[in-house]
Amino acid sequence: MSHHYLLPDISQPGKVGCSLPALDVPPAELPPKELLRQELELPEVSEVGLMRYFTALSKLNYGVDTGIYPLGSCTMKYNPKWHEDVARLPGFASIHPLQPEKSVQGALQLMFELQEYLTEITGMHATSLVPLAGAHGEYTGLLLVKAYHQDRGDKARKKILLTDSSHGTNPASAAMCGFEIGVVASDSEGNVDMTSLESAMNEEVAALTLTMPTTLGLFDPRILEISRLVHERGGLLGADGANLNAFLGRVKFGELGYDYVQLNLHKTFSTPHGGGGPGSGPVCVKENLADFLPSPLVAKSDGKYKSVSPAKSIGRIANFWGNFGVMCKAYAYIRSLGAEGMKEVSEDAVLNANYLRAKLKPYYYLPYDRICMHEVVFSGRRQKAKGVHTLDIAKRLLDYGLHPPTVYFPLIVEEALMIEPTETESKGTLDAFIEAMKEIARDAEENPEILHTAPHNTPVRRLDDVRAARNPDLRWRMGR
Amino acid sequence: MPSPYLPSTEADRSAMLREIGVGSVEKLFGDIPEGLRHAQFRLPSPLSELELKKELNRLANRNASLDNYACFLGGGSYRHFIPATVEHVIGRSEFYTAYTPYQAEVSQGTLQSTYEYQSLICQLTAMEVSNAGMYDGATAAGEAAIMACVATKRNKVAVSATVNPTYREVISTYVKGRNFPMETIEPGCRLPADCACLVAQQPNFFGHLEGMEAHARKAHDAGALFVAIVDPISLGMFQPPGQYGADIAVADGQALGNSMSFGGPGLGVFACGQQYVRQMPGRIVGKTVDVDGNPGYVMTLVTREQYIRRERATSNICTSEALMALAAAVYLATLGKSGLKRVAELCYHKAHYAADRIARLKGYSLVFPGPFFKEFAVRCPVEPTEINRMLLKKGIIGGLDISHIMGDTMVLCVTEMNTKEEIDKLVEILGAL
Repeated sequence: MSHHYLLPDISQPGKVGCSLPALDVPPAELPPKELLRQELELPEVSEVGLMRYFTALSKLNYGVDTGIYPLGSCTMKYNPKWHEDVARLPGFASIHPLQPEKSVQGALQLMFELQEYLTEITGMHATSLVPLAGAHGEYTGLLLVKAYHQDRGDKARKKILLTDSSHGTNPASAAMCGFEIGVVASDSEGNVDMTSLESAMNEEVAALTLTMPTTLGLFDPRILEISRLVHERGGLLGADGANLNAFLGRVKFGELGYDYVQLNLHKTFSTPHGGGGPGSGPVCVKENLADFLPSPLVAKSDGKYKSVSPAKSIGRIANFWGNFGVMCKAYAYIRSLGAEGMKEVSEDAVLNANYLRAKLKPYYYLPYDRICMHEVVFSGRRQKAKGVHTLDIAKRLLDYGLHPPTVYFPLIVEEALMIEPTETESKGTLDAFIEAMKEIARDAEENPEILHTAPHNTPVRRLDDVRAARNPDLRWRMGR
Repeated sequence: MPSPYLPSTEADRSAMLREIGVGSVEKLFGDIPEGLRHAQFRLPSPLSELELKKELNRLANRNASLDNYACFLGGGSYRHFIPATVEHVIGRSEFYTAYTPYQAEVSQGTLQSTYEYQSLICQLTAMEVSNAGMYDGATAAGEAAIMACVATKRNKVAVSATVNPTYREVISTYVKGRNFPMETIEPGCRLPADCACLVAQQPNFFGHLEGMEAHARKAHDAGALFVAIVDPISLGMFQPPGQYGADIAVADGQALGNSMSFGGPGLGVFACGQQYVRQMPGRIVGKTVDVDGNPGYVMTLVTREQYIRRERATSNICTSEALMALAAAVYLATLGKSGLKRVAELCYHKAHYAADRIARLKGYSLVFPGPFFKEFAVRCPVEPTEINRMLLKKGIIGGLDISHIMGDTMVLCVTEMNTKEEIDKLVEILGAL
């Protein structure tokens, strides 16, 4: 197959992929030899060789432009093309982060306005755009929680509560902030188990982090009661805002009682995921946490935009201002949609998810049989009884040219299949997905072998993960 | 006007509602308490693509784009030449609209190019293993310090005072997060006892090349790891961290084919010795075979990661800067061994030409003797803010003002992007002040 070669295989001595200018100044004396590099072995490839290689690789990928990408908790929606162009305008792409502020007023204005928009969208008091991805924003939020309690001299609060359905980054971020973890159970309806919360919520708890809607794709109707309990006992309430697509333009986190929320511009605000980044994870906070926000923030005074550092800032969490290129795209998205457009987004996102729920329910077990929000979580346990696993179902979908949903998450659902269609899929696409899922359910009964051996027509077939981990081959080598 | 991003028609919506068995979309939001689901939003009215494009162009034009200005500013973000191949590869939507490659069978493009990236970074740094990339250089340094604590089972972090102050702040945030202590070490001072690592930068914040072998020896004699922060472009010419005893090497990969973009997205390069691979943060791609025996690539050593290990993961990092890593891979492959060496040499000679001419101006002097790469500190006869204001008027972005660290001093940066003409003009203006 054409892609089964690597850069060293097409490297030829003396080739180069671009031309460079000649030296136009007199050469300087070289530094002592022991500082200099003796050997540098990098591939030598012509421009055409290089472009064909990476073009061949790109064709092995599935992207949102290829088709539906219903990864639950990931919000893989379509990325408007011209928003990409915005980030590439020379006035945005070719500016240095440490240029005099006077020379970057346009960039600072964009950031200032984006801070304001996100503050308004979440119903909060202030926003930091610095966090570089969702987990980084979550980490920032927890550093704010830590600083808040320390500032009050409350040293006992060493624990973060999270739910048993939470994303893996939630506990990992808490650990990075030096917190212990406490887990709150979900009840049979998929909501927070109030008895569990009641007993866990004590004077050692710094905050409860609760994704809303939860990672089961459900809105917890007792959110105000939860918020009241947490605050009465001196804790803060934080949201992983990964699921904002469910109520964009309808509900404000601030009104639900949250003290902070981290957003994912690369999910809700339609900036592309890039195969694993760049993301952007702004943190929006209530007044009680605003003084602790990381620096820099963008402020406006006398019609000029400038950077400021909040009074009790947790300090710097990244090199510069945040992922500005991503902010440009999210800004364009918000201005393209306006408040009404955002409401339409959540309307279609929730409608699409419920349509899948209704149509697939006869074929797959639905552990929480109620109206869902922007995503629906099924279980493959009916198929498992026939010896077919969720992994087989996912791999079989690839044979239909469809990207599978998130699988085996959340952890509290056996053989989980977490489907998030997003608002940018048409009914026609959803129907094709439903048909494929129905056929797979039938094959699980009648022809399970075809599922066990799937996929059959992808660039590679099922890969040996165990071999990869046991004998790690993580690079090629050239030269000595 | 209907949204171009919503493909459903009214007929589709009605048909879907019928299938769901509810009368209206509002019913789908019934779990949300009535008083909470009709929030009001004060946001600007929506604009069409054409209108908003105009407005954003206006906003972009209010910035002094370095396409129109000569730039002598570095300090962690660098203007380097970006070959056309880079934008054309990362502009392919198969790459930029893909998710993290969990479904390996339909993600071989991302996975194989990540394997290329890891290999190229190892070749460049002379380190044994590289991860798939992190957020930026500063956070990579913070993660390296934490990793050193875990690897040595110690918790004190020592950072050289000549490391970029922003990096030191970010490392401090990361280290303090874990409730570990951090110390700043002045040149020539001893390491604190039981220290987990020494972090140093090459070239340092002032642009100068340090004795990294001596740093490494000092760290290792104390039973600590040596973490080197490097300038990836400098490695086209200068000794790589793998050869002077670095246990972990980190860098900001922005310089490798990524636009400055007002400081982000950047790219955290992270490489280390083989023995530490299972303590490394971030994604790692490995080569394996499929059921037919064909070669293929997967994310591997995943038991380090948050989605498997939760609070016991080596880091919380999830979405990172994959597209920037792809850009770096394409950049390194485009330039190749001769191209990267040439870029580094152009920076070196032009920077020395500039430094030499500025040092001869009345009232200006180089702060440090000894070798440097593309940045150098200059003591000025006038306040740097004043100089930079003058330069800006004449179409030049001046150096990094570090008067708060050293009186009347700026760090100037010269790369292959600066022509002799630009340098001469800079010198002329400085001389006339």
